[in-house]
Amino acid sequence: MIEREQVLHVARLSRLKLSEEEVAALEHELSSILDHVDRLTEIDVEGVEPTSHVVPLENVLRDDLPRPSLDRDRALEGAPDPHDGAFRVPSPQAEA
Amino acid sequence: MSSEQELEAVIGLEIHVQLSTRTKMFCGCELSFGDRANVHTCPICLAHPGVLPVPNRTAIEYALLIAAALECEVAPRSIFHRKNYFYPDSPKAYQISQYDVPIAGAGRLGDVRIHRAHLEEDAAKMVHVGHHRGRIQGSDDSLVDFNRGGTPLVEIVTEPDLRSGAQVREWGQLLRATIRQLGVSDVNMEEGSLRCDANVSVRPVGSDEFGTKTEMKNMNSFRFIERGIEAEVARQKELIASGGQVVQETLHFDPATGELHSLRSKEEAHDYRYMPEPDLVPVVPTRQMLDAAAAALPELPAERSQRYREELGVSEGAALKLSFDLEWAEFFEGVIAHHPEIEPRAAANWVTGEFAAELRKQGDQALGETVVTPDSLGALVRLVGSKRISHSSAKAVLAEMVADGADPLEVVEERGLEQISDSGELEKIVAQAIDENPAPAEQVRSGNEKAIGALVGAVMKATQGRADGGEVTRLLRRDLGL
Repeated sequence: MIEREQVLHVARLSRLKLSEEEVAALEHELSSILDHVDRLTEIDVEGVEPTSHVVPLENVLRDDLPRPSLDRDRALEGAPDPHDGAFRVPSPQAEA
Repeated sequence: MSSEQELEAVIGLEIHVQLSTRTKMFCGCELSFGDRANVHTCPICLAHPGVLPVPNRTAIEYALLIAAALECEVAPRSIFHRKNYFYPDSPKAYQISQYDVPIAGAGRLGDVRIHRAHLEEDAAKMVHVGHHRGRIQGSDDSLVDFNRGGTPLVEIVTEPDLRSGAQVREWGQLLRATIRQLGVSDVNMEEGSLRCDANVSVRPVGSDEFGTKTEMKNMNSFRFIERGIEAEVARQKELIASGGQVVQETLHFDPATGELHSLRSKEEAHDYRYMPEPDLVPVVPTRQMLDAAAAALPELPAERSQRYREELGVSEGAALKLSFDLEWAEFFEGVIAHHPEIEPRAAANWVTGEFAAELRKQGDQALGETVVTPDSLGALVRLVGSKRISHSSAKAVLAEMVADGADPLEVVEERGLEQISDSGELEKIVAQAIDENPAPAEQVRSGNEKAIGALVGAVMKATQGRADGGEVTRLLRRDLGL
């Protein structure tokens, strides 16, 4: 079960502003998602190594060789408020 | 307080080292310092949708080299994790780091145990600027520069084995010198390529438990770290002695005022919801990679300092200075290689003492700039060691050597600096000094031994520094009936 407090906690971590209705709905939805995933615990995994990766690969590495970077204007193209060659954002310190 | 107990400080460090690879941790953008903002970015380090990170092989090799130098156990298989947090310096909204299976486990450097060392990527750089476009006061803006974002970092975490600010400074300098000699980082604290956070708590002496800790962030010199920690330890001790309690918080030390400020607490900042990074496969160091790291390991400062002290009889201070800087160590080794007959201890003292001081005096020269060779400095040390010239003459000769690369023996001969070896001649000068300085002579006779300095000075003046100070003192004491 997901409690209201947990919904608010996750919302804060994700910087999401939720309405009262959304909080109530998410409380219910997140709970049912977790209940669904929880069915996995019914499987007997005795002796099975924890799986972090499903492909049997290791050491996929690249050599330390420079590749061209983006042109700065191109890099800033999608930025909503570029300024002086930088991505300008509201200061996170100002968040209450 | 009647129940006052003696308290001790318990300090652990987290050190971030920026690796000096050519490119970033997970993409081919070049590393830079001081370039225009956002000229080293690409879809990977800007976290555009659908991109995939690929680890830099050299960064992994550097991490293995650090692990070898710190005698860490290397994980046979380590994986990357996502450390989730929302902040503009991290465009993916997570940092790729390592969590429960870091590349390097328990190790040791000097008398401090290493808890672990892991690989991760650096965040972008943010500059906070004033508000604009009529935003209300207080809601300022930040400018984000992603040049630094994605730079490979090794984070080294110590066990809480340190007990004072001074010990942190000394050990920190040893760590910095060690990593510098590996050649894997610039370890420049002012430029941020080495950053140090300290966890500080106090507890009763003899206790095994830990008190509540505070975290001191990102101090940019080991002197400041020492002072910051001393201030924080004093604050905690006072707080506890007066019946108060330490509150867990993050502190900033202002070296200008010596004050500690609490940074705004991000109450939920530690809920990082780590998860294995599905886009990166495990790192499994091969035998070849491990052998290469072991083979690339140079003699490190701790071993070097020990060898100088124990095998060569070099003083502790000189051994430390020499071993922390490879260039100086090589110069010193050049001196004793060219002149095997001189005492290594004397050679080390001349290199780190008078020679270093003279370089500073004459235009603050770096060792690499000097015209003095190890061979010629060794020749000078030999002249002093065999008592052909006095210490004060040697300093005058050294000044000429540093100025124009003069040959010490030639300077000695040209200027007639050879020590007065005829004891009859020296005895005459000593007798004359006593005659001409009756007041200090009388003081010495009546038991004020310190007054002998004036007489030694008079003899040195008369001989223009060409007398052996020890011999002069011996003769003066004899003549004055001591």
